[in-house]
Amino acid sequence: MSKFLIARLRNKIKGKMFAHGPRMINCGEFEEFILDYLEDTLPSGKKAIFELHIKLCRECKEYLAAYSASMELGKRKFADDAAQLPTEIPEDLVTAILAACEK
Amino acid sequence: MQRIGLSYKVLRNNITEIETELIAALRQGESSAFEQLVRTYGPKLLATANRILQDRSLAEDCVQEAFVKVHSKFETFEERSSLSSWLHRIVINQSLMKLRSIKGKKENSIDSFMPEFDENICRIEAPWRVPATPSQIMDREETRRLVHKKVNELPDSYRIVLILRDIEEMDTKSVADVLGMSEGAVKVRLHRARAALKKLLEPILREEMQ
Repeated sequence: MSKFLIARLRNKIKGKMFAHGPRMINCGEFEEFILDYLEDTLPSGKKAIFELHIKLCRECKEYLAAYSASMELGKRKFADDAAQLPTEIPEDLVTAILAACEK
Repeated sequence: MQRIGLSYKVLRNNITEIETELIAALRQGESSAFEQLVRTYGPKLLATANRILQDRSLAEDCVQEAFVKVHSKFETFEERSSLSSWLHRIVINQSLMKLRSIKGKKENSIDSFMPEFDENICRIEAPWRVPATPSQIMDREETRRLVHKKVNELPDSYRIVLILRDIEEMDTKSVADVLGMSEGAVKVRLHRARAALKKLLEPILREEMQ
C-alpha cells in the first residue's frame, strides 16, 4: 500500500475517533480553541479536552508549537523595531510640536 | 518575590503621582507642562506610531498631529482612563487614519495562509522536528532579517491587530473599540493573523530544524 493510502486510512480512523470518542474534539474544533487556550481563558473542562487532543494528534501538537514560536518571533521582531528608535523624542520634533500647538 | 511586588507598587504609585501632577499643571495652563507631556510620553507614542506605519518620518508626523489634537482638546480628557492610555489611544487612531489614507483599502487575501484540513477534518501538517528556539533564530543575522521581511508581508489589517494585542498589550475590548469591530471579530482576526504568521515563518522554522 502506498504512503498516501496509509495516511488517508490513518486519518479516516483518526477522524472517526475524534468525532465519536468520549471527550474528543476534531482538529477543526481544536483550531477554534487555540486563542483561548493560549490566553488561559478556556474553562477547565474544555482545557482538559484540548490537552487530550494535543496528546493524540501529532499534527495539532506540532502546529501549536509552530504557532506559539511564530508569535514569539513576531514579538521579537517588533521589539527589534522599537530598539532602533531613540529613547528620547528628537529635539526637532519637540520644537515642531510646540510650534504647531501655538498656531 | 515580595520585594519585586513592593518595587512594582512603588513604581506604579510614582507614575500615578507624576501623571496627577502633570494633569493638574496642564489644566492650570502652566506653560512648561505641555512640553513636559511631550517629552515624557513622546518616545513611547513614537514607537507605537512607528510600529503601525513602518515609517519613521510618517510616525513623527503622526505623533505631531496627535499632540496637536491633545493640546486642542485636553479639556475633554475625563480621567476615566490613565493619561498614558488616553494618549496611546489618540496616537493609535491617528496612525490608523494615516495608514488608511496612504494605503487605500485593497489588501491581499490571507486565505492561502490558513491551516488545512482533509475530508475527515484532520489537520494536514507535515512532520516537524524540534524547532530552534525563537532566541536562536533571532540571534542569527540572516534569519532575523528574514523574520522581519516575513512579518512585514502580513496585510495591514492583520498586522495591526497583532501589534495592538501582542505588542501594545491592549485587551480585546480596547482593540475592538479602536478598530470599530466587535470583540468576536477581533478574536477571529487575531487568530487568522497568528495563523498566517505561522505559515509565513514556517520556512525559517523548518530550515532551522533540518
